[in-house]
This record gives sequence, C-alpha cells and structure tokens, in this order.
Amino acid sequence: MTTVYELSHLELLEAESVHIFREVAATFEHPVLLFSGGKDSVVMLALAAKAFWPAPLPFPVLHVDTGHNFDEVIEFRDRVVDRMGLRLHVARVQDDIDAGRVTEDTGPRASRNRLQTVTLLRAIREGGFDAVFGGARRDEEKARAKERVFSFRDEFGQWDPRNQRPELWNLYNGRHRRGEHIRVFPLSNWTELDIWSYIAAERIELPAIYYAHRRPVVQRDGMLLAHTRFLRLLDGEEPYEATVRFRTVGDATCTGCVESTAANPAEVVAEVAATRVTERGATRADDRISEAGMEDRKKEGYF
Amino acid sequence: MPQLLRLATAGSVDDGKSTLIGRLLFDSKSLFTDQLAAVERASRQRGEDYPNLALLTDGLRAEREQGITIDVAYRYFATPRRKFVIADTPGHIQYTRNMVTGASTADLALVLVDARKGVLQQSRRHAFLASLLGIPHLVLCVNKMDLVGWSRERFDEIREDFRRFAMKLDVTDLSFIPVSALHGDNVVHRSASMPWYEGTSLLHHLEEVHVASDRNLIDARLPVQYVIRQGGRDFRGYAGTVAGGVFKPGDEVVVLPSGLSSRVAAIWGPGGMPVTEAFPPQAVTVQLTGELDVGRGDLICRPANRPHTGQDLDAMVCWLAEAGSLTPGATYTIRHTTAETTAAVQKLDYRLDVDTLHRDETAKALALNEIGRVQLRTRKPLLFDPYRRNRATGSFILVDDTTGNTVAAGMITGPALPASRVVWHAAAVGREERATRGLTVWLTGLSASGKSTIAVELERRLVAAGRPAYLLDGDNLRHGLNADLGFGAADRAENVRRVGEVARLFADAGVVAVASLISPYRADRDRVREVHERAGLPFLEVFVDTPLEVCEARDPKGMYAKARAGEIRGFTGVDDPYEAPVSPDLVLRPDDPDPAARILTLLNRSALWE
Repeated sequence: MTTVYELSHLELLEAESVHIFREVAATFEHPVLLFSGGKDSVVMLALAAKAFWPAPLPFPVLHVDTGHNFDEVIEFRDRVVDRMGLRLHVARVQDDIDAGRVTEDTGPRASRNRLQTVTLLRAIREGGFDAVFGGARRDEEKARAKERVFSFRDEFGQWDPRNQRPELWNLYNGRHRRGEHIRVFPLSNWTELDIWSYIAAERIELPAIYYAHRRPVVQRDGMLLAHTRFLRLLDGEEPYEATVRFRTVGDATCTGCVESTAANPAEVVAEVAATRVTERGATRADDRISEAGMEDRKKEGYF
Repeated sequence: MPQLLRLATAGSVDDGKSTLIGRLLFDSKSLFTDQLAAVERASRQRGEDYPNLALLTDGLRAEREQGITIDVAYRYFATPRRKFVIADTPGHIQYTRNMVTGASTADLALVLVDARKGVLQQSRRHAFLASLLGIPHLVLCVNKMDLVGWSRERFDEIREDFRRFAMKLDVTDLSFIPVSALHGDNVVHRSASMPWYEGTSLLHHLEEVHVASDRNLIDARLPVQYVIRQGGRDFRGYAGTVAGGVFKPGDEVVVLPSGLSSRVAAIWGPGGMPVTEAFPPQAVTVQLTGELDVGRGDLICRPANRPHTGQDLDAMVCWLAEAGSLTPGATYTIRHTTAETTAAVQKLDYRLDVDTLHRDETAKALALNEIGRVQLRTRKPLLFDPYRRNRATGSFILVDDTTGNTVAAGMITGPALPASRVVWHAAAVGREERATRGLTVWLTGLSASGKSTIAVELERRLVAAGRPAYLLDGDNLRHGLNADLGFGAADRAENVRRVGEVARLFADAGVVAVASLISPYRADRDRVREVHERAGLPFLEVFVDTPLEVCEARDPKGMYAKARAGEIRGFTGVDDPYEAPVSPDLVLRPDDPDPAARILTLLNRSALWE
C-alpha cells in the first residue's frame, strides 16, 4: 500500500493553529490567551494544550468578565482552569464601572458588551501582555474577514484596518514596542462548521448551554434572548419556555439563542451544516448597530 | 475527508471578480441569508437596484464608502468534496502588494478577464505574480461571455493570446474557462449557452484539481520552531512544522548549522499522537537520540540531503512598503523559516517590469509594488533551498527595524557565488570527442573535517545542474572495492591508488568524480594527480582545512575518542601524521558559508566544462 501524504482540512487547520501557538510562545515574552468559556476559546485552549504537549501551557489565560455571564459558563470556566492547572486572570467590567472609568448604559436594551474594550485594554496593560490570543474567526463578520493572524495594536490598543502589515507565507511579524501589543488569531481560517466538527471529532467538552435545553426566553428584534436576571423586559414582552441552544456565548444581555433540538456535537454539526443564517446574524444584537459596528469596535480595541 | 484548497483571485473589479465570488458562494449554497439580506439592504441604501455582490467582500467602512477594495479579504466556502479558502486580492491600487500577500499561501490563482476587453496588462501582471510566487495552478476565467454573444471565436482568441504570454512564465497547469458570472454560466453549473465548450464548470475544476503533489516530499526539512521540555517526564522535543520531505522514527538526521548527527527517536503529532511518518505541513514534535544542543532557527534534515548553507544569496523581492524604498547598502531584519538575523542589500541586479518582463539593470532602488532581483548578505548563515524547490525554506520577509513593519517579501533563487581568489591553470587536452567533459575533484582532510558533507552537496548540485557526477566516498569504498585493506601505511597507499584509478576512469568517461578521502600522505595524492595528468584529465585537489581541535570536537563517529583512549592505533591526526597539500587548487575552511559553491565557482571559472 502506498502512503498518501495528505491531511484532511481539519488536520490542516489544526497544524496551522499549532504552528501559530508555538510561534508566539517562541517569540513573545508575555502572551496571554483570552478564555471566556465560549466554544471558540475552548477550542483555542484545546489546540494550545496540544501545541505544547507534554509540557503545560507556557502562558496564562484571561477572562474579561462583563458580570452578565451565564452561570453554566462560569462554572465550566472554573472547572477547566482547575483541571488543566491554568493560571487565570479575571478582568471585571464592574471594576471599571465602580472606578468611574466607564459609564454603564441605562435603559432596557443596555449592554456591557462595548464596555469590555476598556477592561480588556486595562488588563493587557496591567498584565504587561505583549501577545493576546483571541478566538476570532474570519468567517464571523466582514470586518474580521480582513483581519491578519498577527494583528498589530498601537499603544492605545487600536486597530488600523487601512495600515495592516502584509502577512506572507507562515512568516508572522510580531514586532512591537513597549506598550504596543499583537492580537493573535489562531482560528482565523476556521469556520463555525469547522469548530463544531473539531469539537465532535476531539470530544471536547463545552458548557451545557451549547446543547438543546428548556429555558425561559423572550422574543426581541427577531432574536430569542434568554430571560436571565440581567435582562429587563420591555413593555409587552412575555417570557415563555422553549427548547433552545446557544450558537455563541457572551454577554447574556445581547447573546441570542436559537430553537434547536440538537443535543450533542454530532447533531449540532448536522444543524450547522444545514443552516443558512450566520452565527452572528442569528444571535448577536451588537452586530446590528450599524453596517460597520464590528469594525468600529475593533478600531477601539475590541476583539 | 474533504481536502482544503486555497485560492487567490485576481483581476480588476470591472472584470466581474466580486460577482464571480458572489456567484460561487451563492450557487454553491454557501451564502447565508442574513449576509444576502445585509447586502440587499446596503445596496438599496446606495440607490442600486440590484444586490451588489461586491459588498460581500468589501468589508471595511472605507471600502464601502469609496467603492474600492483596500485589503485582502478571506472567504470560506465548502462543497461535499472540498473546503475552499478564497484570498480575495483585489484592487487597481496596490495590486502587487495585495496579490503577493494573498497569493503567498495559495495553491491556485484565478485570473479574470473581460471577454470584451481581452487580456489586459492587469491579467498579465497577475499571471506573472502567480508564476513568481510558484502557484502551480492558474485558471483564466474569460468572463462576460454573454456580452460577446457566447462567441467561441472570441474565447479561442483570448485563450491563444494568453497562452502565448504564459509560455514565458513558469506555470505548470493552465486552464481556461468561459463564464458569465452575472448569469452563472459555467461557474457552478455547466452552461447551456456555450455547447461548444467541452470542459468543466469552474467549481467542478476547483473541486477536482490535484494539489497534493505540489508539495516537496523529497527534501526532508524541519525548521526547529520551539523546544518543548517537560522536566517531570525528562522530555525534550523539537517542535516545528515540516517544511519538506518525510521524516520517520529511526531516520538518521543531521542538525544544521552545527552538523551534529543523530537519529529520530520518536515523532509526536499535536497532543502526543505518535506519528509514523511526518510530512509537510504537519506540526510535529521530534525527539532525537543523544544529548544535543538544538534551538529555534536550527534545521533538521537528512545527512545526504541538506539545504544550502550560506550568508550570500540571490533573491527576487517585492517591496511592500509605502514609505521608503529598497536600496543597496540598507540593512533589515530578515525572517526566514524560524530564523531571524540581519540582512544587508549588497546589490540590486535589476528591477523587473512586470508588464513586459523587461529587466532594468540601471535601476537604483525598488519602490512600492516593484519587484527586482537582489543579492543579500546575512549576518548569520541561513539554511535555505531555492523557492522553486521549496516555498517554505525559500521564502523570507524583510522587517524595517525602526518601524517594525514588514517591508518586503522575498523568494530565494539560490546562493550568490562569491568571487574566487584561486587561479586555475587549464591543462585539458583531447577530451573534445565526448558528450560531456569529466574531471576529478579530490577532497582531502582530517577525519570529521567535513569532506563528505561537501562532497555530497557538490554531487547533488552537479547532478541538479545536469552534469553527470559520482561520489567516491573513502569510507563507503572500504566496504566493497577496498574491503580487503587495513589502515597501515601500505594499505592506505593502495586505498588511495585504487580510488584514484576509479576516479580517473569516471573522469575519462565524462563524469565528474567527486572523491572524498582522508588520503593523509602527500606522495599518494601526487601519484593520483600524475595519473590524471598523463591521461589529460583535470584533477582538482581541494584541501578541507579544518583544525584538528574542531574535528576532534565534532567526532561524529567517536573515532578520535577511541584513538585517544588507545583503542585504535595509527589514527590520522592523533598518532599518525597528516601531510597537508603544498599547493592545493582550493582551500576550504570551516567558516566558509557554502564550500560546495566555492568548488562550483572554481569549476565554472576554469571553464573545465567546455
């Protein structure tokens, strides 16, 4: 039998991500991995663990906590950190609100999502991090389709989409001065379906809310929002029970869920493969602010 | 197990590229309804009465406002057969920089032409860049066939026009597909409007094109990226992405630049999966036998198949920065595989006119988007292959040290041959009758001086250049021809005599005999020279002048240690003399960045081939 020296596309994506993790570990002094407990950051963590096997992760993880989390996700986060022996930094949006560095929006549609940027940049500064791994994918959003794998951020943490460094072959340029940093996106070339296929193939554990469950929800702006203690109901909104799951997990006030009976990774893969709505289109209220909502937030320092 | 195909698109917006991408996504059911709704909404706001599919790919605010594409966007779609990554590398402005960026990782380039306009400058530029970047597959889509009445004649005309131009390029696989992106003809589905076209639709072609064989599976290369240590398990592994060839546990390997040899003890895939064969572009961790000092920037390869090692190299570079230009004398940080050092531009050989392929040798600098050939000298030797042979070990970027920006992309064409100070006195007579001219290169020096390494490399390059060559290795010949000989003075003389005779026969037959032998006694070597001169055959004595301390420190076979311990008697350099050549044709020292190249220079300069 002749050997066919071919990799499947998942193996290729894995190899590319592993290469990126190792490159950062070899060339930066203080990398950190953003870990929220969401599926992309869980996959990132799995890939990072693979990249440095059998050694432990050579960098800590950072959670930017809006304070509006799903309980299942925080419980999951702490369990993973414990199991893997990770060093966890938590940067709280609440601290910035309390210190008066940011002002919280008021009103029923208020979200802390945008405030995260200030907290994130503070955490990067205080931690002295020079490389920050994020789980953003280019398929998520049109501004992200323009993102480099190594994305330079100036001393204010800002992204200049018109002046990005050319990125060629797998030769990544991580040059930066003190105070500047590089955002690193090892999942750049993964799609939502790739992430789920990998989760299924590798049997990666996720917070339970990614799978079908019953919970009270509210219809708002064409989305299904979970009725949590963080959500203020508008006039005429009536919570009801539905069988749902989450496609993305973030701030509970702006992350929608979808009606689904997919109860395990294989069923989710089948569902994602058939869907004709993007993950952000279905579930992220923050992207609907404007045509360039993501781009504007990224310029400020958001992921 | 669907495969991944990376493609780069090119051609100006007016040629219908965005529409083609939109059509590919739409007809392959890869476009999401909310994306389409967003495009329809945005198109309406702009007063356009049809969904402008260009808005799918122009993701930045400024791009939408100005109706131009500023930067590369990456798009993803899939069919049951394959996954696709499209690097959408557009733009009238900054075309070269974007094309180079998006195309550096592409397997296939898709160039669009407007059937009404035919092959324009832009099409030629992009085809040239695809060829320069070593993209093996090129598809020319002749678009807007509906606007030329689905004319077969027009398609044939454009195809012939482009084919003539492409003959000057290095494109291995060229395809032509007549399409109408607007109507979807031959994009995903075969067209009923062009029954004369017998080929496949674009999508079908993209699904079927065979890309796996485009990788180099011959020259084993593993640039060490990161050293993984785990004290608790006493684990020390060298992590990296295989850049070429195939590695297996048990393989004999050599670590460059130290030249230390070892063996692959184990190979681990990500997460500790045992790997029986590692090939590009797998990310692996390799354990070697023995205690070695190996670090990032080193390269693991096979002993008989090494990359070039050198500080002087020739390269094609594309200047990517708006600020400044590339000028001789300037220095940059060079990033090549996992190595980083300083590079100085020694010389700008020429600037290439991308449209005419004319070489302007009077050019003094390379400005934004300009491409030229340069000679670089690096502070530390690089371990490289020509880009055409290996994209991973043949590519580099230059980084400006003040701004930190990536200012140039480079593709190595080969080592720059330094000028030789050795004068050759030609003595060749009577060889004109043969198809090729043979000669003997005789490498002499202490054990572990590096003779064999140089000889192997010399043979490889000669053969690669089309010269018949054959390596006569002293150690190897002792297994056969000279198996009956020992290491006493008389047997050594006989050993040298026999190898000398075999070399003469090869040289006479028109082959370059590369002999690698300690041959410690001057008289023995002189006799071999006489034999050659009597036969009218060139004989080059090359002295690999590596100091005894260095050889002893290397000691790959542990021979010096045994000799010092008294286990071996009569070992050259320890308790037996080595008589250095009095007037060798060439002396090579350990700090020579590329000794094989020096020998080749000598051969070329002496015109021994003619």
